[in-house]
Amino acid sequence: MRLVARIRMAFLSLFRRGTASTLLDDELRYHLDRQIDENVTAGMSPKHARAAALRKFGNPALLRDQTRATWTGVWLDSLLRDVRYVTRALVHAPGFTSIAVFIIALGIGANVALFTLVHRVLLNPLPYPEPDKLVSIYEHEASNSNDHGYLPIDAGSFSEWQRASQGVADMALVSPFQGYSVSAEGGKLPEKIEAGMCSWNFFSILGVKPALGRPFGLSDDSPSSEATVILSGAFWHRRYAGDSSVLGRKIWLDAKPYTVIGIMPESFVYSGAFGGNTVQVWTPIAHEFPPSLMTAFDDHEAIAIARLRSGTTLPALVSRLQAIQKEIKAGHPGPAVHSSVIGRSMLDDAVQDYKTPLYALLAATACVLLIASMNVASLLVARLASRRKELAIRVALGGGWLRIMRERILESLLLCAAGGTIGLLLAGAAIRWLVKTRHDMNRVEAIHIGVLELGFVVLAVIATALFAGLISAFSSKIKDVLDGLQDSSRTLSSSRARAGLRRTLLVLQVSLTVVLLVGAGLLLKSYQRLRSTDLGVPADNVLTLHFGLPEARYKVSAQRIAFFENVLAQVRAMPGIQSAGLVSAAPGQGYGGDDLVTVVEHPSLPKGTGLDLQIRGADPGYFSAIHLPLIRGRVFRSDERLDRANVVVISQKAAEMCFPGEDPIGKHIKISVDGRIGEVIGVVGDTRWNITEPPMPQMYWPVLGDGWVNVALIVRSPSNVSAFAMPIQKIIGSLDPDLPVSGVGTIRESIAKSTIDSQFDSLLVLAFAVIALVLAAAGLYGVLTYLVTQRTSEIGIRIALGARREQLLGTVLFDGLRPALVGLLLGLGASAITVRLIRSMLYQTEPFDPVVFLSVAALLLLVATLACMLPAWRASHLDPIQALRTE
Amino acid sequence: MIVDNLGMGKPSDLVQGTLDLLILKTLLLDPLHGWAIAKRIQQLSGEVLQVQQGSLYPALHRLEQQGWIKAKWAESETGRQAKFYALTTAGRSQLEKETANWNRLSAAINLVVGEA
Repeated sequence: MRLVARIRMAFLSLFRRGTASTLLDDELRYHLDRQIDENVTAGMSPKHARAAALRKFGNPALLRDQTRATWTGVWLDSLLRDVRYVTRALVHAPGFTSIAVFIIALGIGANVALFTLVHRVLLNPLPYPEPDKLVSIYEHEASNSNDHGYLPIDAGSFSEWQRASQGVADMALVSPFQGYSVSAEGGKLPEKIEAGMCSWNFFSILGVKPALGRPFGLSDDSPSSEATVILSGAFWHRRYAGDSSVLGRKIWLDAKPYTVIGIMPESFVYSGAFGGNTVQVWTPIAHEFPPSLMTAFDDHEAIAIARLRSGTTLPALVSRLQAIQKEIKAGHPGPAVHSSVIGRSMLDDAVQDYKTPLYALLAATACVLLIASMNVASLLVARLASRRKELAIRVALGGGWLRIMRERILESLLLCAAGGTIGLLLAGAAIRWLVKTRHDMNRVEAIHIGVLELGFVVLAVIATALFAGLISAFSSKIKDVLDGLQDSSRTLSSSRARAGLRRTLLVLQVSLTVVLLVGAGLLLKSYQRLRSTDLGVPADNVLTLHFGLPEARYKVSAQRIAFFENVLAQVRAMPGIQSAGLVSAAPGQGYGGDDLVTVVEHPSLPKGTGLDLQIRGADPGYFSAIHLPLIRGRVFRSDERLDRANVVVISQKAAEMCFPGEDPIGKHIKISVDGRIGEVIGVVGDTRWNITEPPMPQMYWPVLGDGWVNVALIVRSPSNVSAFAMPIQKIIGSLDPDLPVSGVGTIRESIAKSTIDSQFDSLLVLAFAVIALVLAAAGLYGVLTYLVTQRTSEIGIRIALGARREQLLGTVLFDGLRPALVGLLLGLGASAITVRLIRSMLYQTEPFDPVVFLSVAALLLLVATLACMLPAWRASHLDPIQALRTE
Repeated sequence: MIVDNLGMGKPSDLVQGTLDLLILKTLLLDPLHGWAIAKRIQQLSGEVLQVQQGSLYPALHRLEQQGWIKAKWAESETGRQAKFYALTTAGRSQLEKETANWNRLSAAINLVVGEA
């Protein structure tokens, strides 16, 4: 009851403020009138009675205020007034406001995005029941310490382990890196797919069930069982268009029949350190592995997963298995039999590769946020300084100091709230972009902004606001502010002190920037090293499909060319296809053959020697379709076919090798083995046949010429290029129903993800470092400009007294550069510590790379000098008359 | 401030709490407006306690905000509309509590002062 009454009162005094005030006035007037009446009754004249009553009553305005102060929600009222006031002040300074909001938005946005990544990828539990009980078990060899020593295991050891762990843990064996060719059936064409072979209890240990059908049973998992298969949801949708009648039917894997017994939900993903998230079908391992492999101790084709029973820990299980493995090693002392066991949680197994990079990126964004809030604090301090007189007058008139402090905090809170909102939008966009571009990442499907992330935004906003607001609030003591009234424009003690605070902030800012720059420099250098393993063409959104025209049915070249052109014409006509081309071997997808060649125009080489070039066949549209840059000359014309196909396009490396210092265009290349001669018509960029190997010099001949049978159709589309796999296979199938299409997949899928990781990390850190550098430069510029403005009259006097301008320039410049120099030294020191933490992310790059450290120092000094130059120049070119007249 | 001749500068907690107690006690019998409350306290205390408006109205409004008393506008004995305050149920139990407190406190003070 009382609660209801209180809420009603609070409501009335908050929202019926006008009515309540009138009523209060009435109430007080009634009291006054009664007093007057009483006085009159006591014999006073009406005039005296009124005066006496008023005297007794005291100050009615004060009484009214005191009474109103008891009303609930009055603090809220004054807070709202402050908010209105601060908002108005911020709106009146749109430049300041938008810069501050933008800086905060960048800082908070980057942090939210990275926090979301770290939370969803690294910390969020795996999407299985009781995921903390799931572990991955590997073998380990002390001598073989690469890959952190997590080595695949042999099925023979696994059987022993499984026996030994009974009652302690349930173990399953899985080999997630297998593959099958699916044969043609029901009008569908054959294709090669990734497959996982697992023991029958794999799904039940994970705690997942097929969406349709049944899981494997023990009876499915033996060499004598009938062949069974469980489809992944993605594969079922792609190949069978989600048709549930496929359940119970037979599909042909490697030309053998398998009964489809189940279909996994599309949300099911198994991600391990050795892959698994692209597996399209699952088969029972004991049925698939030859019996000799199931008992071998020296053939490592799988990994083990286990669900710990309650009361067991991972170390306990590992030490139990370790004992078994020792016995195995003793009984089978072969060199390929591993001697020890190692395990980690299944979550770690999935995300270990991302841990260091993501935490490093999170640290980088935290630095950016710190720098951003220091910058905003510095801006607030400067703003406060320019309002000193106003504040001094307010304090002198009785404005509460706490109230003014509260205004400072509110001001920064409003800025940060606006920045945080925009930052959240930025983060949302960044995450959408990331999910789209990094589908190679384990667990990327789990990334989204949820409640925890929103909470993080609120926390970041509050923390930033308090940090910036408190610094600005404490930057001027009440005494200093009152000094502002006495200050003439030429006494500058307190404003210099305030600039001192901003200088300290600057030193911190610069040192954090240096740390970021060093990190970015190292990652960039490492990426540069890895970039030598760049493919040579953009690898995204390119689908490749391989097919070979059997010579038995395509007897003459003209038939094959007609087929090629038919396929190309139909594929290029498909809506959504950007471009398509044919090549004998796509970049990153294999060696594709080589030939020794000679240059016709050059003196002949000794017999049996020549220049070794990789050979490719390509159609005229291939180069633009794959985005292979044309460096010189031209590519093929469509009439350069069959007997007119005597033209050749060479890669840059080939040009350098065959025609050093010459123009290759118009020269001729002769293939030694068959004497074919082609005129060099163009030079294109280099591509790698294998991502881990250096590029080979290459030559391209028209695929519309003689002798090309096996080709890769490459297709580029702006998005979701995989969706074209089925329609294109149908096109090929409609042209030749018996033609097997294989190797269906994007180029991205065929590239090792290490280069992408490196690129991603280094570019992101670089972006953060650039943001930090810009902020630090802006900070330097701001502080120095402020100082110069404050010292205008002093400088004017100096000039009037004959100070040399270049001397002044030097003084002011050094004044501005000092915090940069101190920050640089501090930052280099801090970097020396932090770079050790990212050592594992570096590729052929030492953490203490002198070039990187020196370049960072040089870059920072350059930027700092530039930032300080303008204010210093302005100071040295002050007109003394003008300066002395100021104020 | 509640008592003129005490000459206190600022209402201490003790004094403020006492005023609340006095107001609640005054309202125990029937609803009264501010003027009447001040008068009633003055009369009952034998003209010793003179409640100042500067204390009375903030106290009344605070008690109302806290839900101990509720207010209603009604015609007063002079025929004008006045704001009448009445004790709520919660206010009644609050009065009992504060009375008990007061008794304990005044007895304690008496013990000390009486001894001296």
